[in-house]
Amino acid sequence: MAHDYNNILQNLCHHLEHFASSGVEIVPESELIDQLAIDSVKLLNLIMEIEDEFDISVPINILADVRTVRDLADLIHKIKSAS
Amino acid sequence: MSLLDKLDTVAAARKAVLPEGIDVFGMPIEEVYSSTEASVGGRRILFFGTNNYLGLTFAPECLQAAHKAIDSEGTGTTGSRMANGNYIGHRALEQEFADFYHCRSSIVFTTGYQANLAMISGLAGANDVILIDGDSHASIYDGCRLSGAEIIRFRHNDMADMEKRLRRLGERTRSTLIIVEGIYSMLGDQAPLVDIVKIKNSYGSILLLDEAHSLGVLGKTGQGLVEETELIDGVDFITGTFSKSLGSIGGYCVSNHLQLDQLRYVSRPYIFTASPSPATIASTRAALKLLRDGTKLRSQLWRNARKLYSCLDELGYQLGPEPGPVIATILDSPQQALMLWKGLFDYGIYVNLILPPAAPEGKSLVRCSVSAAHTKEQVDYVGNTFAELRKKHFQIKS
Repeated sequence: MAHDYNNILQNLCHHLEHFASSGVEIVPESELIDQLAIDSVKLLNLIMEIEDEFDISVPINILADVRTVRDLADLIHKIKSAS
Repeated sequence: MSLLDKLDTVAAARKAVLPEGIDVFGMPIEEVYSSTEASVGGRRILFFGTNNYLGLTFAPECLQAAHKAIDSEGTGTTGSRMANGNYIGHRALEQEFADFYHCRSSIVFTTGYQANLAMISGLAGANDVILIDGDSHASIYDGCRLSGAEIIRFRHNDMADMEKRLRRLGERTRSTLIIVEGIYSMLGDQAPLVDIVKIKNSYGSILLLDEAHSLGVLGKTGQGLVEETELIDGVDFITGTFSKSLGSIGGYCVSNHLQLDQLRYVSRPYIFTASPSPATIASTRAALKLLRDGTKLRSQLWRNARKLYSCLDELGYQLGPEPGPVIATILDSPQQALMLWKGLFDYGIYVNLILPPAAPEGKSLVRCSVSAAHTKEQVDYVGNTFAELRKKHFQIKS
């Protein structure tokens, strides 16, 4: 389980590199909007990439509580585990 | 951050991009001379950024009908359709929309925005899924949010992507509402409806098509993309607006599903909004007749649209993927877009400026909207001005 989670986190960080401001370190505690400068449009496009990467559906209306990279990884893990 | 501090950040963001002295997103129009010309800032301005596709805002038939309705029924209904705002004209217009589409029934709404809000939130609920094109209009996104359903996006007009996301939903596709638009407002391109209907049928989902920008524009009688593609039977619900080709304000939905009428009792945006004014209903009824018989207007509109699109294309501007009444010039930065917009305005041409996040893919747009009422000389003038500005100011990616 922990191995799966770490894989998700690692893959997520890889995708985030294309969306975040260049030169900013991406760690689990990074705030998507304030620190990585991922605006609402970028976040929606990121979600489509994540859906394809993990072969899951991530409804965009459940993103309201997602603030950090870890929050997003937790959400992906939860959806992946339920599918 | 306090509630008011949040608004201060909006002001700061606007100040960083927009020039001082010009309220780009709130320019007061002082006098309207015709469906294509007005006075702004004391200057005569050519409208190339309205959605007045058939140029009907000053059609004598519509003006007379509106005047008569005001004199006989007053300025407003002061109530919702569920209460005192249900006039015989509202019902008559609904029947006329149903007849126009050869559909079983229709509902009229107070705005086009509200039509989408009401239909989407009335159709889908907490345990349902809504699959939308990524470039959908804000009214579709807001309707989805209001519904409480799970919202999934697919890549704009990408059918393989749409099907992939449907496949992931498994059995849930039977409680999935798919939403697409006839003509997309940002880039002016059309939905691949033939493929969409095919995929939708194979997954047993429900399809809602928003014809806001395609009503009056596509199809022999102007029904929209459904008529152009002869797919009226493949679409479950069609929504649209009065505020573009019909030259007034309001919205509608038509459907062959018997259940449409029940939406009146569950859709909060329908229940809790005052109904359209008598003048609005009267002018819309007159405009719908003109639209239906408007073959010549549509030919003129498409002649103008193709001419301007090919002119800008030849000049090397990056445009939306296909010609149509919505012609978007795509620019890499808000500053470039603003420079082009300001340049056109200085030459007396009003177009729409669209900045991120409203424009797709983080781009900025300068969007022209063409009308049947534009003369050949007006279209030429706009084309020549774009040529002049390109020579003068821009190194725009072609």
